[in-house]
Amino acid sequence: MLYRTAGQFKTSYKADHALFPVRQDAVLLWIIVFLAVVVFPLTASEFTFQALLIPVLIYSLAALGLNILTGYAGQLSLGTAAFMGVGAYATYKLITIFPEMNLLAAILLSGFFSAAVGAAFGLPSLRIKGFYLAIATLAAQFFLVWLFEKWAWLYNYNASGAIQVPNIDFFGIRVAGPTAKSIVQYYFVLGVVALMTALSINLTRGRIGRIWKAVRDMDIAAELVGINLMKAKLLAFAVSSYICGVAGALFVFLWRGAAEPNLFDIPLSFRILFIAIIGGLGSVMGNFLGALLIVALPVVINTIPDALGLDIGAAPLEHINTMIVGGLIIFFLIVEPLGLARLWQIIREKFIIWPFPH
Amino acid sequence: MLNQIFVKPFVDMVSAPDFLLQVVWEGLVSGVLYALIALGFVLIYKSSRIFNFAQGIMVVFAALTLVGLHENGVPALLALPLTLVVMYLLAMAIERVVLRPLVNQPDIILFMATIGITLFLVGFGELIFGGENKVMITEQLGIPTGSYTFEPWGGLLILEQKDITAVIGAIVLVLALLLFLNRSKMGRAIRALGDDHQAALSVGISLSTIWVLVWFIAGIIALATGIVWGARAGVSFALEVIAYKALPVLMLGGLESVSGAIIGGLMIGILEKLFEIYWGQPLMGGNTETWFAFVLALFVLLFRPQGLFGERIIERV
Repeated sequence: MLYRTAGQFKTSYKADHALFPVRQDAVLLWIIVFLAVVVFPLTASEFTFQALLIPVLIYSLAALGLNILTGYAGQLSLGTAAFMGVGAYATYKLITIFPEMNLLAAILLSGFFSAAVGAAFGLPSLRIKGFYLAIATLAAQFFLVWLFEKWAWLYNYNASGAIQVPNIDFFGIRVAGPTAKSIVQYYFVLGVVALMTALSINLTRGRIGRIWKAVRDMDIAAELVGINLMKAKLLAFAVSSYICGVAGALFVFLWRGAAEPNLFDIPLSFRILFIAIIGGLGSVMGNFLGALLIVALPVVINTIPDALGLDIGAAPLEHINTMIVGGLIIFFLIVEPLGLARLWQIIREKFIIWPFPH
Repeated sequence: MLNQIFVKPFVDMVSAPDFLLQVVWEGLVSGVLYALIALGFVLIYKSSRIFNFAQGIMVVFAALTLVGLHENGVPALLALPLTLVVMYLLAMAIERVVLRPLVNQPDIILFMATIGITLFLVGFGELIFGGENKVMITEQLGIPTGSYTFEPWGGLLILEQKDITAVIGAIVLVLALLLFLNRSKMGRAIRALGDDHQAALSVGISLSTIWVLVWFIAGIIALATGIVWGARAGVSFALEVIAYKALPVLMLGGLESVSGAIIGGLMIGILEKLFEIYWGQPLMGGNTETWFAFVLALFVLLFRPQGLFGERIIERV
């Protein structure tokens, strides 16, 4: 009933190619947009912004970057965090060298540095595949983090070795730095994430996206039908790293406020891989669902002992938290290996005939 | 600058051969450990096509169990078999809870599941044993802790006895393993499963028995690695990091090759130490050991995509 598409006729090719050809999807999207733009910011507390809303958006974007590479082009990567780091450090250098520069411009530019680094580390993908490639991307992970630590120019020869986000105004409104308001940061992040998501959706459903899918499903067959593997794979690495770089810049500038090199260490890479896989590889929406789950879960778990009146203490709670996250990952993989996006599809199909049995 | 890169390191090596030997020895010992961890990976990959990321945490977990049991009053020589029992139970639990429901899933799903296992064990281990650094019960296990001193070419070479024990122990373990894999019925079953799952199943090899067995063997290797590495650096969750060092070994040696894991491990152990001492510290600010092995493996793979000893990849459409 709820998702019945009977009676929705398309009278032009344009309408047929629309982003959301099913009316209910479009309605749902507007509801989500309304929630994200009006309801959440008006009701959220400072804690909700910092612990839930902003990180969910940023993690979703990073997972989206990884998903383009792993889910669409089929190249497994474990170096996501390092590419995020490149974006963050590039933004920092741009902002400190050109203090007049618009923050949005700096962030979008920094993605190109990340894309170049990503494409360079993507070169081995032309020769090696599967887990060998995954380990090869770990080379990027370890080498770049080492570089962030040793190359003092990157953090302007700070004694601490960390980068501190200065106060930055965006058209007269303070968006980054210690005195920025959370709600402003939220809107900024939301804007960038929405922009990137729209671009990625259109990229993945167009010609390039289909080339990537062909490469993912069987690269030799793709080569035989005339796809240039080198171009396709390197482009996938570049686009993926661009998005990850932007996500990294947002991660540091609009959320963390400061960054040490080990922030971009391998646990962050894994975290993003979890989000992409639990959300569903080869799906854009899955990243958001996955990020919501992975970010919200620890927050929720932390509130449970208080709610039950138990006193466990901070350290054991943290350990139990890790255990539960690990267990849930296994649980979700067993229950639905194709991810939350697939779960949503199943629910949708149920809704088509609901409440009737047939 | 060129002199610093191409001439000076070699001059240093020749002028102080005793120091060079010391460096090579240190590299060799860590290489043995990398090889051991890589062996755990290879065994599981060969028999089930699972890229077992949990090998590193299994090392930590085995070492922690051993030390934890001893701290609670169990004599060292009894704690050892008890730890093996724990590792067996762990193997069984992993097979039953994680692997069995995930049979036939794509590689990446199983890989993620092992990361899930890793997280679970990290939390579980910290909850039970606490996160602080512990001392490995080296002496109680009867491992000598002294050192031999040699004076080749009038220099100084120190070989620690526990390192020598580690090397000999590793050699014995590897030989036993090779004998088991090549000569015993079970070992042949493991290799058969690695070649073709369905064919192996159809001749009556039990998948679940072999998986438990393989994970248990990986557990034994983990315990051996844990003891040796723990004796050098103490037992803590930082040990998990050395699992990452086994990955370039796998790239270099090939994911399916036992001998590749050993030779690759030794090669990487020695080369990264040499690079760190002669190039890394003077020229690049040190700590190059975190990435050198990966970059080396990357270059090798550019020329030999299946690794030095991996099976040749033949692709069909």
